[in-house]
Amino acid sequence: MKNNFGYLLKEGIRGIFLHGFMSFAAVCVTVACLLIVGSFSILIYNVNIMVDDLNKTNEILVYVDETLPDAEARSVGTKINTISNVLQAEFVSREDALKSFVEDHQGDEAFSGVDAQDLRHRYVVTLMDNAQMKQTVAELEQIPGVAKINAAYELAEGFTTLQNMLQIVSVAVISVLLVVSLLIISNTVKLAMYDRRDEIAIMKMVGATNAFIRLPFVVEGFTLGMLGAVLAFGAEWLMYDALLANLASIDTLQLFSFVPFKELLLPMIITFTAAGLFVGILGSWTSIRKFMDV
Amino acid sequence: MIEFVDVTKSYSVGTHALRGITMQIEDGEFAFLVGPSGSGKSTIIKLITGELKPTSGTVHVNGYSLERIRKREVPYLRRTVGVVFQDFRLIESKTVYDNVAFVMRAVGAKEHQIRERVPYVLELVGLETKSRRHPTELSGGEQQRLAIARALVNNPSTIIADEPTGNLDPARSLEIMNLLQEINKLGTTLLVVTHEMNLVQQFGNRVIAIDEGLVVSDGMEGYRHYEE
Repeated sequence: MKNNFGYLLKEGIRGIFLHGFMSFAAVCVTVACLLIVGSFSILIYNVNIMVDDLNKTNEILVYVDETLPDAEARSVGTKINTISNVLQAEFVSREDALKSFVEDHQGDEAFSGVDAQDLRHRYVVTLMDNAQMKQTVAELEQIPGVAKINAAYELAEGFTTLQNMLQIVSVAVISVLLVVSLLIISNTVKLAMYDRRDEIAIMKMVGATNAFIRLPFVVEGFTLGMLGAVLAFGAEWLMYDALLANLASIDTLQLFSFVPFKELLLPMIITFTAAGLFVGILGSWTSIRKFMDV
Repeated sequence: MIEFVDVTKSYSVGTHALRGITMQIEDGEFAFLVGPSGSGKSTIIKLITGELKPTSGTVHVNGYSLERIRKREVPYLRRTVGVVFQDFRLIESKTVYDNVAFVMRAVGAKEHQIRERVPYVLELVGLETKSRRHPTELSGGEQQRLAIARALVNNPSTIIADEPTGNLDPARSLEIMNLLQEINKLGTTLLVVTHEMNLVQQFGNRVIAIDEGLVVSDGMEGYRHYEE
C-alpha cells in the first residue's frame, strides 16, 4: 500500500468533489454540531469561573478569645495557617473591626457608644475548598484561643452543589451532542458510501485489501471533519467576540466578567480539532464496515 | 488449478445449491460451465472467488483451500482469479485507463509498472485508442472488452467469465469469445459460464453441465446433455 499512498490520498480528496453535495452536507452538519458543543463548553467555562470567583468571597470569621493578650491573639494566626485547607488568614484587630463597624453603621445612633474593647480580635479566613468547610471549622475550633467561628455553610454548600451540577450537566450535554454529531456524520458518510457501493464491491472483487479500500474514505472523512472544525472554530470566534461586544454595552451585565476568546484559543483549537478528527475519522471508519462484507 | 471434491453448499433458508460436485479444471484449460437457472452456477463462481465457503467437501483454487481460507487471505486469492461479469461492473466515474489501472494499484503495483502494463493490456483487447474515454462512452462490446482488460491486468492464472456475452449481439459475442480464446492461448485458465449454446458448439472446448447442484455431464460433448 505504501506504493499507492499518494494515489489513495488523491482519491480521498477526489471523492469529496465527486460527491460534492454529500460533502457539503457533512461539513454543514459538523459545523452545526461543533458550534453547539463549542458554545455550550464556553458557557459552562464562564459560569464555572464566575461561581469560583463568588465562592472565593465566602469567608469564615474566627473570633479570638477576648481574655488573650494582643501578642497571643496574633499568634493564633500561625496555628490557623497550619490547617491545610486554609488559603489565607488575615488578622483584623478589634480597633480595625470597630472602624469598619462604624463605617457600616454611619448615622446610626444606637451604635455610637460602642467601644473597641467590646469587640474581639478576629481572623478573616479564606478556604481553598469550600466543600470542606465543616471539617475545617471543626479543626479551627480545636485551636486554643479560638472563641467563636462564623461560617455560612449554606452558601458554601450552595456553591458546591451548583458547581457539581454544572459539571454533570456539561459532561452530559457535551457527550450527547458528540454522540449525535457522530451519528449524523456517520449516516452522511454512509449515504456517500451507499452511492459508491458498486465501486467498493468491484475493489473487493479484484483483490483490494480492506485497508486499500478504507483509506480514501478515511482521508475523505478526515478532510471533511477538519474542514468542519476550522469553519466552526472561526464562526465560534466571531460569534463570541460579537456577543462580548454587545454584553459590554449593557450596564447591568458589568458584574459578570466573561473570558476573552483569545484566552480560550488553545483549548478551543484542541477541542475543535479533536472533535473534528473524532467525528470525521470514526464516522467514516465505522460506516464503511457495512459495505466491506463482499 | 480449480478442484472441487464432493462439494455441497446449503443456504440458511434450506436451499441445497450444490449436492456433491466433483470436478477439476487444469492450469491452462478452457472450459464452459453450462446449466439452467438455479442449477448452482453462481454458487460455484462464489465458491471460487471466496465469497462463500462450502458446507462440506473441499475446494482448491490456485493453491488456496477455500473451505478453511482466512478472511485476510481472500484478497490474495482474488488476485489470482480475474472475474468478468455479464453487466461489466465498470466504474463510470473513472476513465478506461483508470478502470484498469486501479486494479493494479489495489494490489500495490508501482506507478511505472502501471504505465507499462495498462497500455499493453488495452492494446490486447483493442481499446488502446479509447483510454481517455469513460465507460458510458463505449459500446456494449467495448465495455465487455474493458472488463476483460481489467480482469487480465494483474496477470491472474485464472479468469472466470460469468455470462460474458449475455448483453451482446451475436457478432460482438463472437468477438469476445475469440478474445477469451486468445487470452487462454497465452496460458490463462478460462472458465466461461454461459447459456449461449451456439457459441459453446463453435469452440469445441470442454463443457461441464450442471443441474440441480450436480455435474450431469463433463466433456467435449457435454452441451448436448444440457440441450436435451
